Amino acid sequence: MTYSSKVLDHYENPRNVGSFAQDEEGVATGMVGAPACGDVMKLQIKVGKDGVIEDARFKTYGCGSAIASSSLVTEWVKGKTLDEALTIKNAQIAEELALPPVKIHCSVLAEDAIRAAVADYKKKYTGE
Amino acid sequence: MAVDFTADYFALFGLPRRFGIDEAVLDRAWHTLQAEVHPDRHASRPDSERRRAMQGALRVNEAYGTLKKALPRAQYLLELAGFGHGHGHGLELGHGAVASSTMAPEFLIEQMQWREAVAEARAVGDVAALERLAQRLRAHAGEMTTRLAAQIDERRDLEAAADTVHRLMFLDKLRREIDDALAALDG
Repeated sequence: MTYSSKVLDHYENPRNVGSFAQDEEGVATGMVGAPACGDVMKLQIKVGKDGVIEDARFKTYGCGSAIASSSLVTEWVKGKTLDEALTIKNAQIAEELALPPVKIHCSVLAEDAIRAAVADYKKKYTGE
Repeated sequence: MAVDFTADYFALFGLPRRFGIDEAVLDRAWHTLQAEVHPDRHASRPDSERRRAMQGALRVNEAYGTLKKALPRAQYLLELAGFGHGHGHGLELGHGAVASSTMAPEFLIEQMQWREAVAEARAVGDVAALERLAQRLRAHAGEMTTRLAAQIDERRDLEAAADTVHRLMFLDKLRREIDDALAALDG
């Protein structure tokens, strides 16, 4: 498997790795996993009072493409409202990272992680 | 020609289509079929027959490999029942399978903790810790396999069985991670 230079860059210098404290104000967590490859991905967002995502963290156990997809997503969600974050599609992630067809599911996982984090935020803070 | 290419793997070996199987019966049926399709028995036959015997041997071995182990056997049973293809269940073992975010978050958090523990033990070269993790994992996978048998054979709750299969797929990945770590530390 040869990785694109963008995947390698995120893999070697992952952005925003780590965790926020669960009880920190405005923090929500999305957990997703892909049984077929056993990848597990955690995406945390920190939302400000104005409803804009101020910061994001991720932790992923998986292949280089899964790590790069989640790393990229932490960069992309920053500065977006929750609704804007939900417009990020796996096809954009796959295109940006030049993922081959067999690795498209990694970008799907990253998109799912955004949805899961936003859903967790709504559940935690707005009672939806 | 003994191999019926239209029969499913259970029928091929004369086994009932269940999760719980008699392994001795499977092994015997496998040996019998294997002997019948063995290339040596068809060496003097025309090409077309030899090719068919070869295909038969491949099918017999594929069937045996699928039914012998619990996880692929359960996956195959679900597939026969119409689960796993185009349903977004992500049961396929190969690449390009759909991602599934429908797993319980608690389970995924637990998986992440397992993976962290494996990575940490590997980083510091703690073989004993890895072996303890492997032992816990085996016990856990054993419990889940028992649960799977009840879900498939007794309750016929295939939705629940699919979820258990997904969990076992994660545990299988964990087992490979632990094996890799132990192999790396051994070298």
